[in-house]
Amino acid sequence: MDILRDHNWVLSVGTFLPLAGVLVMLFIPKAEEQLQKAVALITALATLGVGVYTLTLFNYDRAGEMQFVAQTNWISVIKSTYYIGLDGISLPLYILSMVITVLVMIYSWDHIPSPGNPKAFLILMLVLQTGMAGTFISQDLILFFVFFELVLLPMYFMIGVWGGENRQYASLKFFLYTMFGSALMLVAFLALFFKTGAESFAIPYLVENGGAIAKNTQVWIFAGMFIGFAVKVPMFPFHTWLPDAHTQAPTQGSVILAAVLLKLGTYGFIRIAIPMLPDAAREWAPYIGLLAVIGIIYGALGCLAQTDMKRLIAFSSVAHMGFVMLGISTLTSFGMNAAVFGMVAHGLITGMLFFVAGSVKDRYHTLEIARLGGLLKQVPHLAWILGFCVMASLGLPGLAGFWGEFPAILSAYSPLSGLSEVTFRVYMVIAAMGTVLAAAYLLWLFQRIAFGEPKPEFGGHTSDSHDGHDHAGHDDAHHSDIHDVTVYEWVAWTPLLIAIVLFGVMPNLLFKLIDPAVAAIVTQIGG
Amino acid sequence: MLSTLFAAADWVSPAVDYHAIAPEIIVAVGICVVLLADLFIADRSKWLLSTVAGFTLLGAFIPVLTLGLSDEGTRSLFDGRYVIDDFSIVLKGLFLLSAYVIVLLSTTHIEEGDYYQGEYWVLMLSSILGMLMMTSSRDLVSIFVALEFLSIPAYMLAAWRKRDAKSNEAGVKYFLLGVFASAVLLYGMSLLYGVANSTLLSDLASEMSGQLTSIRVLAVVFVVVGFAFKVSAVPFHTWAPDTYEGAPTPVTAFLSVASKAAGFVALVTVLYVAVPGASDVWQPLIWVLAALTMTVGNVMALRQTNIVRMLAYSSIAQGGFILMPLAVAAEGNSSAAVLRSVVTYLIVYAATNLGMFGIILAVSRKTRSGEVASFGGLFSYAPGIGALATIFLASLAGIPPLGGWIGKFSAFQAVLEAGTTWGYVLAVIGAVNSVIAFGYYGNVMREMWMRPVPNGDTSAIATPAPIKLALGITGLATLALGILPGVALHFGDIAVFSSAFGG
Repeated sequence: MDILRDHNWVLSVGTFLPLAGVLVMLFIPKAEEQLQKAVALITALATLGVGVYTLTLFNYDRAGEMQFVAQTNWISVIKSTYYIGLDGISLPLYILSMVITVLVMIYSWDHIPSPGNPKAFLILMLVLQTGMAGTFISQDLILFFVFFELVLLPMYFMIGVWGGENRQYASLKFFLYTMFGSALMLVAFLALFFKTGAESFAIPYLVENGGAIAKNTQVWIFAGMFIGFAVKVPMFPFHTWLPDAHTQAPTQGSVILAAVLLKLGTYGFIRIAIPMLPDAAREWAPYIGLLAVIGIIYGALGCLAQTDMKRLIAFSSVAHMGFVMLGISTLTSFGMNAAVFGMVAHGLITGMLFFVAGSVKDRYHTLEIARLGGLLKQVPHLAWILGFCVMASLGLPGLAGFWGEFPAILSAYSPLSGLSEVTFRVYMVIAAMGTVLAAAYLLWLFQRIAFGEPKPEFGGHTSDSHDGHDHAGHDDAHHSDIHDVTVYEWVAWTPLLIAIVLFGVMPNLLFKLIDPAVAAIVTQIGG
Repeated sequence: MLSTLFAAADWVSPAVDYHAIAPEIIVAVGICVVLLADLFIADRSKWLLSTVAGFTLLGAFIPVLTLGLSDEGTRSLFDGRYVIDDFSIVLKGLFLLSAYVIVLLSTTHIEEGDYYQGEYWVLMLSSILGMLMMTSSRDLVSIFVALEFLSIPAYMLAAWRKRDAKSNEAGVKYFLLGVFASAVLLYGMSLLYGVANSTLLSDLASEMSGQLTSIRVLAVVFVVVGFAFKVSAVPFHTWAPDTYEGAPTPVTAFLSVASKAAGFVALVTVLYVAVPGASDVWQPLIWVLAALTMTVGNVMALRQTNIVRMLAYSSIAQGGFILMPLAVAAEGNSSAAVLRSVVTYLIVYAATNLGMFGIILAVSRKTRSGEVASFGGLFSYAPGIGALATIFLASLAGIPPLGGWIGKFSAFQAVLEAGTTWGYVLAVIGAVNSVIAFGYYGNVMREMWMRPVPNGDTSAIATPAPIKLALGITGLATLALGILPGVALHFGDIAVFSSAFGG
């Protein structure tokens, strides 16, 4: 135990370091934009540094246990403590949040969205980072709740201030949906607290004692948590905030939203709802599975109907998170492994897709699929990266997306004993059809955007000449922005691209981490 | 000669613990000093009065501290009719500190407004003295005296801008409905006295239990309704929006924080000390009041375009959250948690709401407008004030990690601890309401962050030093209470009555 208890400062430092950066930035005048960016980037890098250090200290042979555990008094009156720790499920997500923040900071170096004000933008992003990292390490429900909510306001402002035309509507919708979910979730947390004897909010304690609650009560408590987490995932039919939020958010916001924030919901299911309320989980599993497959098909059909590239990617998120939830709903070790892997893979791939969409928007000032075309000719590198991400997203073996999707479908073949095999096999077939649809909408997207000749309004087929004199009458301003991938973009994207390949070729890097931790959870539900 | 006189009289002067009532004495002395000084000092030195008022409050805070630190425990005066227990000490501290912040908020406004400064401070201090008395009163008569003592100066303060029709309307409405409420309350109290033949709350407690006769039920209902007016619970809230909008803004801050808190103190005292046995009567009543207050307050707040009016409805809705746990106060062993949540909520609500009023005062000095739209683009030209305002609004909406969340949280906790179906239903109503509330708090945030500046006037806001100090105090308190919620909860936890079913 001593080894595990040593170094228990790393998580706190890794989580709160961004706030130190915020403090520094508050004292730098708004006009010093480069300095602001530098401080923010250095803070994010330092945070990632602490994260990498955590990776080196992590005991991989005991990934199923909580490590770097720290516990001190926080709100003793209500028996809530500052209790943190990290296991094989938390670790990849914790590091993912740090990596994404750094990459987004790099991308922001020359992509501060209108109306500017990098100081506020970057401060919000750092606060967001603290909230995301904190959620993944919390071992106390109240602490979890605080971090879970901490991400709300920064994201609300990020969408509402720096977003697209419909930003105010989208940001409010995002906020109200999430807040509605978390209000009911809080009530459920409290009910759970009292039903387990009002002893402690510690997650391990509640996991140990939650199973003793009467089944009917469990089902109700689970319902509260389900709404809280399902809104965040988002599962059908709570998903309607997502396309709006994604479409209107600035690129950075979309990336963080897709890569990390959606995972807070699925993480909540795996870490909190299911192990604490095993009876309810078994009761709810078929319905969760049903909503998951509806999400897969509905998301895919939604994608086929979209005319906006970003909105299409947003709907594809609904479908992909459906696979994750399907894996979770089987309540088996196999399914949950797939789900956690799927969470990471979706974070990397969809984050990358949103980066590309943002860059397309920067160049063409539109994301309307019908107006785009011939990217391969005009901006070949960008188009190839898009192609790569599309392949990864549709689950091509050899890339990370495959290991989230395929095992999730497979796991539905044999769900936890006691769950109806027939039901889940039907889900499996439907989900498998979903992958076909996924291939359809993604390839069709790529075909329409990347193939063919560039549209006349964007300068026809001239790929290297950026001058628009030949096309008088068209929008010259648009045309002059069209250029291939910049240095900042390369720096921000390369790590993601490498990770997608790496985890695709060597999925064991992750499964080795996830499996013991998942096994510990599955034993709770008798699997 | 004198000694024979004393010997002859059968009346004995009660032993008075001067340490125990030192805060009240200091404020009373302060009132006299301000009143007298006002007569003799020149107009240009009237600013001294606000300083005296401020120092009086801080001075009165010292004995509150020493009382809190002393080991003597409960000090009971006048046959238990005036009690200094932990509950009263914590709330005296809250009232004095809130009042100090209100003095800071008022100073510039009163100086610049060409109003009678001396009288303003005298009335303000008198009202605060009434609140201090309220925290210790354990007798129907002293509760009523304290209530009138804090209310009557407040009626006059509401009508302070006497050439302004709206301010007059504010004062008159507040006065008429206030005395009406007092009458209802008095009627209830007279029934209580008739039943128990005593005005001492602890005597009432033994009388008001078991099977209740209809007269006892009526008495409790009248008392609760009387206080419901004071805390502006729906459907007895109709005076609040007009009064809040018409009164001078610092007075509105005073009414919506201190005066409201005093109403809750009185309500809680009576429920916990006098009529805990009648919980079958008042629990359902408060359940309905709480559900209505939260919902109606929120829904009406959504429609407001004037920020003070919006905050008026918001404070009605917040009042619903404070009432919420009281609806299950006698279920199981939840009474301690309920009292804790009420006090905790009052503490964080005071810090946050005063801060928001500070923001309104600061911004309206520039914009000369009370419309929500006048906050347009605030963040772009006054990022400091914009960020602070965001903190206060988010705290009012109950978003962690800002103070307000711990108030909401402890309210939910108390309601759920009771474990009754009605408790769960109320908790869900509360949860839905806390989401609705974001609609209007978020609307102000949206104005500040996402809308253009009206008229394009981006000149800086010149915030006077006292308001800056007030914003600093409330801002720090809001943040600190949210990140270290143990502090507020601790005070809520120790604030128990010396003799009640919660203690």
